[in-house]
Amino acid sequence: MYVYDEFDRSFLAERVAEFRDQVERRLSGALSEDEFKPLRLMNGVYLQLHAYMLRVAIPYGTLSGAQMRKLAHVARTYDKGYGHFTTRQNIQFNWIKLEDLPAAMAALAEVGVHGIQTSGNCIRNVTTDQWAGATPEEVDDPRLWAEILRQYSTAHPEFSYLPRKFKIAITAADHDRAAVKVHDVGLRLHRNAQGEMGFEVLVGGGLGRTPFIGKKIRDFLPAEHLLSYVEAIMRVYNRFGRRDNIYKARIKILVHEIGAEAFSAEVEKEWEAIREGALHLDAPVVEDIRSRFITPDFAQLPDHPAELTGALENPAFATWHRNSVHAHKVPGYSIVTISLKAVGAPPGDATGEQMEVVADLADTYGFGEIRVGHEQNLCLPNIAQKDLPELWRRLEAIGLATPNVNLVNDIIACPGLDYCALANARAIPVAQEIAKRFADLDRARGVGRLHINISGCINACGHHHVGHIGILGVDKAGEEFYQITIGGRADEHAQLGTLLGPAVPYDQVPGLIEDIVDAYMELRASPRELFVDTVARLGVEPFKERVYAAH
Amino acid sequence: MPLIENGRLIEDRYVVPADEDALPDGVPLLIPAERFLKEAEALKGRQAPVAVLWPNNRRIEEIEPYLGQLSLIALQFPSFRDGRAYSQARLLRERLGWRGPLRATGNVLRDQFIFMLRAGFDQLDAAKEDDAAHFAEEVGSHSVFYQPTGDGRPSILRARLGRVAAHGTTN
Repeated sequence: MYVYDEFDRSFLAERVAEFRDQVERRLSGALSEDEFKPLRLMNGVYLQLHAYMLRVAIPYGTLSGAQMRKLAHVARTYDKGYGHFTTRQNIQFNWIKLEDLPAAMAALAEVGVHGIQTSGNCIRNVTTDQWAGATPEEVDDPRLWAEILRQYSTAHPEFSYLPRKFKIAITAADHDRAAVKVHDVGLRLHRNAQGEMGFEVLVGGGLGRTPFIGKKIRDFLPAEHLLSYVEAIMRVYNRFGRRDNIYKARIKILVHEIGAEAFSAEVEKEWEAIREGALHLDAPVVEDIRSRFITPDFAQLPDHPAELTGALENPAFATWHRNSVHAHKVPGYSIVTISLKAVGAPPGDATGEQMEVVADLADTYGFGEIRVGHEQNLCLPNIAQKDLPELWRRLEAIGLATPNVNLVNDIIACPGLDYCALANARAIPVAQEIAKRFADLDRARGVGRLHINISGCINACGHHHVGHIGILGVDKAGEEFYQITIGGRADEHAQLGTLLGPAVPYDQVPGLIEDIVDAYMELRASPRELFVDTVARLGVEPFKERVYAAH
Repeated sequence: MPLIENGRLIEDRYVVPADEDALPDGVPLLIPAERFLKEAEALKGRQAPVAVLWPNNRRIEEIEPYLGQLSLIALQFPSFRDGRAYSQARLLRERLGWRGPLRATGNVLRDQFIFMLRAGFDQLDAAKEDDAAHFAEEVGSHSVFYQPTGDGRPSILRARLGRVAAHGTTN
């Protein structure tokens, strides 16, 4: 965990007071809704279909037990008892009253949590690998670099009124769990041949109505130049990004229109002028920030302790263990994913009670650390293997031990027409119905890793373009229809899915997905070939033939 | 519009000439960039101060050859949501070395005052009387800044360096 210092605390206290004043000015009429809108958006407050929605930043997906407990408190006191974890490693509360917002925000600020820059045309919450600091795969802890970017981008005077929102993601592992290729800026931390640390820099990736995979503009940026290089990118975008059309205002359109080479040339020219300036990351500054991350005091423990091997004789525990427990860099420890995809429940939702139990488990067994992943699941990154059986028992008791991580019913879905003012179609009930079709987890396991992503409109909050199966809700003469794509992926081999065929009505979606899965089971070369690899090998045609023949 | 400079209300001495009119003698003029660039040579001999109103969609680097003959530069916020002039301001201050008055005009609102000061503006042409009245309160409610700009305010990034040095752990 990064521990706020006096600078961070003063900053947050001032901003909470400022927003309280802005809400008062809005309620008194001194601010028009038009003037208030960008101010509330800067603080994560949206006006949705039924109420104001508060989006709370979880910087790079990291939460302490105390912070999670405070989220539970807000869910219970100001909302209807639950919260929704999003694909941006944030949490949203959907039923908060405007007059309650300052109090809810003050409560969150007590534990250093806020909604600042979760919305608006600014640099948003920087996201990273939810296994950061725990996985053996990484070259350095990406949270450090995400924190440096968080500080740099917070209330940035030059970049708070960009053409459009701006999202940065970082991975420090070759296997990318942060989807860096579909962000405005994607950063891959790695070492060069000399063993020095630096970033591969991608720009102009993104989903929404015009999806693009990010283009590489630098193989290796020495880590000390991270801020000056990002500033150069931001300045080029702020100056030259389109502002005439909201749908063409993201950096991906600028990069696409002038070309990655011309864009890169502008950035390099700008960077040359500032690279040795005040943004240079001197080693002591980096180490000062690094020192504020509390590293768990890991014990010396053996791998596969007797408590674990004994418990593995219980098939239910063994199934969960195979599915939800992953290798840790420290012997005797594991990374645990907590599925928020109980069959039949809205993906990513957690009740106040569940949040509190997770907080207690993190404090008891996990050095107080909790992560949120972009797949809308939670993660306890530092659990001693000997504690896994007890942890599982307690998760199971509150419905948080569904062993379906990465399976066909671990579905990513946006809030859709049930909440969102932008949606054309429902997403949550579609996810729930598909999950039910595969409720038999033996069947789901037989299918293997298969990511389904559902968005209720072309803004693509459910990241449907990069789902192995993507489902997009569209409006056809007032009816909810759904377009299906297959073969997308969000990892280091990121690519956009290919349209399977004509859109189908709401009722037909679950059956169609079952047909696609059945086709894969027939077509795959072996049980080890994943769905997405079968699509890559054969293309969409054989799927199309089988699926549409049946309908 | 109330014009604020260094926290105080000041009078706007500048006159914006109408498009077709001959430029009046003896008064400070604030001239739109397009006209200024056309008449820059002729304006060189002028005794009274000349300022330019630079649009936010024109590269600010083009102004460089003329900096010596200008007494003030005004940048535009057609809407407070359009942040291009922040970049222009920083480039003027930090790259092109402009030390004269730098004015923010247009939809200049109190909730952006601090950003404008940090970007290098020292004159704010506030859109609302009430906002100008709250200048000190607004600016005073910001005491910590994460990132360095050229405005001279201490930033947390650099303060960390100071703290490390104070603790003697620099190496």
